Amino acid sequence: MTVLLEMRAITKTFPGVKALDRVNLKVSQGEIHALVGENGAGKSTLMKVLSGVYPAGDYTGEVYYEGKLAEFADISDSEARGIIIIHQELALVPLLSIAENLFLGNECTSYGVINWRATNRRTDILLEKVGLQESTSTLVDTLGVGKQQLVEIAKALSKDVQLLILDEPTAALSEADSQALLDLMLELKQQGVTQIMISHKLNEVGRVADTVTVIRDGGTVSTIDATREKLSEDRIVHDMVGRDMAHRYPDRECRIGAVLLSVNNWNVWHCEHRERQVVTGVNLTVRAGEVVGIAGLMGAGRTELAMSVFGQSYGRNINGYVEMRGQTVDVSTVNKAIDAGLAYVPEDRKSLGLLLEENIQRNITLANLSEVSRHSVIIEAKETRVSEAYRETLNIRTPSVFQRVANLSGGNQQKVVLTKWLFANPEVLILDEPTRGIDVGAKFEIYEIINGLADQGKGVVMISSEMPEILGMCDRIYVMNEGQIVGELSGDFANQERIMSLIVNE
Amino acid sequence: MGIANQSSNSGKPVRVGVYLVRNLREYGLLFALIGIMVFFQIATGGTLMRAVNVTNLLLQNSYIIIMALGMLIVIVSGHIDLSVGSVMGFIGALAAVMIVEWEQSTIMTIITCLIVGGCIGAAQGYWVAYWRIPSFIVTLAGMLVFSGLSLWLLEGQSLGPFPREFQMIANGFVPDIFPKSMAQAVAELLGERRVNLLALTTAFIAAILILWMGVQARAQNCAYGMSLEPMGFFIVRIGIISAALIFILFKLSTFRGLPNVLITMGALTLIYSFVTEKTVIGRRLYAVGGNEKAARLSGIKTERLTFLAFTNMGVLAAAAGIVFAARLNSATPKAGFALELDVIAAAFIGGASMSGGVGKIIGAVVGAFLMGVLNNGMSILGIGIDYQKVIKGLVLLAAVIFDVYNKSKQG
Repeated sequence: MTVLLEMRAITKTFPGVKALDRVNLKVSQGEIHALVGENGAGKSTLMKVLSGVYPAGDYTGEVYYEGKLAEFADISDSEARGIIIIHQELALVPLLSIAENLFLGNECTSYGVINWRATNRRTDILLEKVGLQESTSTLVDTLGVGKQQLVEIAKALSKDVQLLILDEPTAALSEADSQALLDLMLELKQQGVTQIMISHKLNEVGRVADTVTVIRDGGTVSTIDATREKLSEDRIVHDMVGRDMAHRYPDRECRIGAVLLSVNNWNVWHCEHRERQVVTGVNLTVRAGEVVGIAGLMGAGRTELAMSVFGQSYGRNINGYVEMRGQTVDVSTVNKAIDAGLAYVPEDRKSLGLLLEENIQRNITLANLSEVSRHSVIIEAKETRVSEAYRETLNIRTPSVFQRVANLSGGNQQKVVLTKWLFANPEVLILDEPTRGIDVGAKFEIYEIINGLADQGKGVVMISSEMPEILGMCDRIYVMNEGQIVGELSGDFANQERIMSLIVNE
Repeated sequence: MGIANQSSNSGKPVRVGVYLVRNLREYGLLFALIGIMVFFQIATGGTLMRAVNVTNLLLQNSYIIIMALGMLIVIVSGHIDLSVGSVMGFIGALAAVMIVEWEQSTIMTIITCLIVGGCIGAAQGYWVAYWRIPSFIVTLAGMLVFSGLSLWLLEGQSLGPFPREFQMIANGFVPDIFPKSMAQAVAELLGERRVNLLALTTAFIAAILILWMGVQARAQNCAYGMSLEPMGFFIVRIGIISAALIFILFKLSTFRGLPNVLITMGALTLIYSFVTEKTVIGRRLYAVGGNEKAARLSGIKTERLTFLAFTNMGVLAAAAGIVFAARLNSATPKAGFALELDVIAAAFIGGASMSGGVGKIIGAVVGAFLMGVLNNGMSILGIGIDYQKVIKGLVLLAAVIFDVYNKSKQG
């Protein structure tokens, strides 16, 4: 096979940090090349070098594309050569239609006036290619994340893509949408589109990748040809973290006590569409020292359930009742829910969990300021003392608690959000996708924190779309689908097939 | 100004150059103010710092500073208030009507005005906080409504004069508590015509307090491993602030002593600095401005805080209205026109961020003084109002560009 792209000895330094150190990457024509590595390993930086975000001269080393030395000055330069990158955070304009988004900046015009007929015709062809059955005039806003991802890919196809780079394409997708996307990637491969995929999900990498390059600490560790040798997840994980991970989920001696939280006959209606019920008749219990999982597909109503229980932060016409230790409690506001002993760690930490511009310390104490104040005056010394203690025990990697949270990596940010709720000292913690978008090493540490909480006799509810994680961590698993609990499995008995069949048989 | 110490990481003092670059914003503002003062002092041939002019400078800017305190809080909470100029004018008109036409007492008038101001702020805050109507629109409406209402209240005429007691709010001075003979002796010693000993004593007490608080803060930072300002810097900074304070109060003491307004302004600045930086409610205010959703999910009553921020702004606008009317000794229908822009500019020059969650009280006060000195200095130099506006506009733009540049550089 001919080599489409070769990056040789790429080195990129930021003030004080060497983000890439002589990285090599060789991508053959027509393959799917997976780029794996922990967060902060340098994958995204490498792709930014490739796509011209960091222009030639900003890095050292050479990029050969289609056999020629390529020196891209900016993104439009690389796009002109058919290199298109789809970022993790989608770059669509929500209130424009699919057709308008597809040709944004690249409109079909005659004499400066948009030719809508041509636009719509071309949009239809592209949508068919990616298997999206939507009208060209549908607003992107009304599509789910999975479909938006397809629109992004259609947009890339509209630009005659040669090399498609997908940065964590399935991070925000449900299991079913992820599968559909992977199928589409394989189909694009058939059509001759070379693809680079950045991913944390090794099972997905195993399914589609022809070659895997592992990057660690800004350097290439290994390149594995999956067409010749069988991919072993253990080996990839080993290369990623630089150590063996015999157990991806830490062991815990399980001591389950009395019922802490019980949610009874819980109903919630959608915030905007009044007639749509998003949670129907849910009953759920959590015991002391227990880790309870809620499995399900994206849109099953798990986040809606959790947020509505936590101070009615979501939904309307909420009814049902919540008990803590057998006593009915009022959870109608966030304050009352916190007082009742609940905590909710949201799925989207940047927009719902953190004050990005503030330092770590101020984030940690936010939900429990009364603990570090006297007569409403904050005692900063005490605040620093408790935050420092948490920083050390939870191993938040930063020189001090005065660091701005925006500068931390995803894993460390997640630890800060967790710490905020640990400091509020709740009895039951609801963790919504606690390991989304963080690397293998940090995931393990989060699991250890969760186990530690259970050991202290707290109840933990863990909502996750990653089934292996739910299976590896939970003592008991609720399966949710279309707003209802469709099954309950003990941790020993549960496996992926049983969970999926509960969802499918509904 | 204990505001420069929280941004970086190492527990040991860092090199002076590195430190200066990291904390450029805070020092930049202070140095800019001092630089401008020195420039005008030289350019005006010493007129800027004459006792009578220093006194005037304080009186002229008092109402801007009082409103800047409230505006900073509104901006930190993620909003804006365009109505403050009109509200100030309206309250001035109300005060005039109450005193001149209804013959109410000064105390009664002040209390009523503050309550009405609070209600106006609350009414606007209600729509912003609980109905989520953008503050820009609500307060733009408020700006029109209250400038209309002050016209109506005054029937298009100026109303005045006020009794002496009311004028004293803005034009009065704190009487010297020390015996005259003592003051006379000190005045001769200093070679001045007269000296107000109360002002002089206040200067030294304030300087000692600043030094003491600086040392305390430094000791605490040291104990908790925050990055320390280099020792030389610390001494220079405290030294400059204390010297400037003593110098200004000394100037005041050789004229008529401490203006009543200065006491009000100083007390309010201290109180608001304390509340925003040291208390739970202050911390929560920054959280609401920084990320409202995260704040709400942390159990903070975000709507109530927004509501309170506007109510507080209303009270301060009323206080400014009283001072303004008392200073002019009459209420005019045009009072407060376009003043909101000066107040907002002061907050932004002082480092507040349009997106909320960032900004300091002391910054807004220094920002207001900076504009005040510019105004005053240019007027003394006889620069036309046309050029004055251009220069002030450019200063505002430069300050914000400087902020953005600084932030992008730090990543």
